[in-house]
Amino acid sequence: MGMCATPRPVIEVSGIRKTYGATVAVSEVSFEVGEGEIFGLIGPNGAGKTTTMECVEGVRRPDRGEISILGLDPFRDVYQLQNRIGVQLQQAQLQKRIKVWEAVDLWASLYTKTVDADRLLEQLGLSGKRNAWFMNLSGGQKQRLFIALALINDPEVVFLDELTTGLDPQARRAIWELVRGIRDRGKTVFMTTHLMEEAERLCDRVAIIEHGRIIEIGTPEDLVRRHCPERTVLLATDHTLAEERLRTILTIETVTRRDSQFTLEGKGDDFVTEVIQCLSENRIRVTNFRTELPNLEDVFLKLTGHSIRD
Amino acid sequence: MFRGLWKLTWLETKIFMREPMGAVGSIIVPVLVFLGVGRLMGTQIAASSVAAAGFLRVGLPVFATVLIALNGVLSLVTIISIYREGGILRRLRATPLRPQTILTAHVLVKLALTLATMALMVAAGKRYYPINVDAPVFGFAMALLISTWSILSIGFLIASIVPTARFAQPIGGAILYPMLGFCGLFVPLESLPPKLHAVARMLPLTYAVSLMQGIWKGEAWSLHIGDIAVLVLIFAICTALSAKVFRWE
Ligand SMILES: Nc1ncnc2c1ncn2[C@@H]1O[C@H](COP(=O)(O)OP(=O)(O)OP(=O)(O)O)[C@@H](O)[C@H]1O
Ligand SMILES: [Mg+2]
Repeated sequence: MGMCATPRPVIEVSGIRKTYGATVAVSEVSFEVGEGEIFGLIGPNGAGKTTTMECVEGVRRPDRGEISILGLDPFRDVYQLQNRIGVQLQQAQLQKRIKVWEAVDLWASLYTKTVDADRLLEQLGLSGKRNAWFMNLSGGQKQRLFIALALINDPEVVFLDELTTGLDPQARRAIWELVRGIRDRGKTVFMTTHLMEEAERLCDRVAIIEHGRIIEIGTPEDLVRRHCPERTVLLATDHTLAEERLRTILTIETVTRRDSQFTLEGKGDDFVTEVIQCLSENRIRVTNFRTELPNLEDVFLKLTGHSIRD
Repeated sequence: MFRGLWKLTWLETKIFMREPMGAVGSIIVPVLVFLGVGRLMGTQIAASSVAAAGFLRVGLPVFATVLIALNGVLSLVTIISIYREGGILRRLRATPLRPQTILTAHVLVKLALTLATMALMVAAGKRYYPINVDAPVFGFAMALLISTWSILSIGFLIASIVPTARFAQPIGGAILYPMLGFCGLFVPLESLPPKLHAVARMLPLTYAVSLMQGIWKGEAWSLHIGDIAVLVLIFAICTALSAKVFRWE
């Protein structure tokens, strides 16, 4: 994880805007996605994630702005582009009575390059459903089939819109592994999610989008460091002078005590070290010690003033 | 350009056959109805009047065929609009597939089904139809192919623009079925009042019926060059238009 140098951009988006009647779905959106990275677009429902992604895929046409992907124009070179990318749409259906293997087989016939279909189905845990009709698949199985279809042509760029919606934790983990595997083979992944945990574990870089505008871009660690310097330490001790001593720490902001349970809040990377130093210098014996670090969820809350789930 | 056409055509045929009423509804039922009506009329009037005999010999077979073709067209319209509404077209769009390929595949499926139904009708008719009709089956199949291809392109055009699946069947029907009344199947064109005659000449189905009726009766192809020219023209116009107005969602 983490990127040392900025790689060659595979996707370049500048100043796109898309409206539906009076609704401005996306406006002034600009970003780049580098070769070989997992780039995530995160934001609440209706923020404009799908609209942005589908403009890049060539499925929707922005009213304004420039998009370049793999050096192609998504509208002028649409068929050439489709051959080189893989797409999983947030909302899609197949023919009710198409069998799983038939769908994969049809897709394989549409591209100039394909991977081994049986192996792909195996990886996605669909081998046992090869002969099942699409309409008889569970939600999670449909989702996995769509991911298979997005990967069948060994695409240079993979688009995954809400990739783990409807998946159980085990399947979710398997998909995460699969996505990391794609990146490790040098491919680029552009994904959206509203699960902060997913973005944190998977994405090399994320863009936070709200009300159709991108409000921040960076690596998850970077965003957390920049926007949420708060650190929390929870500890338990019976030491009578504990509270008094802890309050002497310079970077501490609040100390809350409930019987022998303490909650210490402070700022900065050194805060935790200073707490530990204070404990050891004063020979304070603790029976529990735990730190709570902020995550993307907190960054989101900080930037927008509300939780992503609201 | 047409990458994936054959695979998609074969796949759509299989999928159609898997529908609960797919094969039965589109092939067996029309043939049974055709034979049923034929027998009923055959026993009732026993070829007593010349007109009735003529209807049995030419009218009913051609009428049945036209109905089967129109059914195919309506089913094309319905399927495409369901695919659009259900997001299946959306998903196909995000592939190198082109809209022409998708529509062509469906047209081929409907053509094949129409021909299969006609073949069954001829085979069953040989045994069970009340009178012995000696029609040039191969030539008629060709006429049917040309006619259906042309009418399907109208369906194609309707399918490109109908807003929702719910309206597909009624809109398609409202456009296609009224043509039946003036196409020369029931009332000879010459006996229509001039105004209606003019209307009839505007309707694509009139030329299809004229072609099929003529060939069924054993007339020479050279008499129907005009019909064929109009049908081909209709096909060209509708295809060009639908490529322009086709909507994925
Ligand atoms: N086809 C459409 N017609 C009209 N409005 C649309 C259409 N697609 C999206 N919108 C509107 O544009 C805005 C952005 O929608 P979009 O689907 O891009 O959001 P999203 O971030 O993907 O949300 P979600 O997390 O729910 O998937 C929303 O207000 C939505 O109502
Ligand atoms: Mg979305």
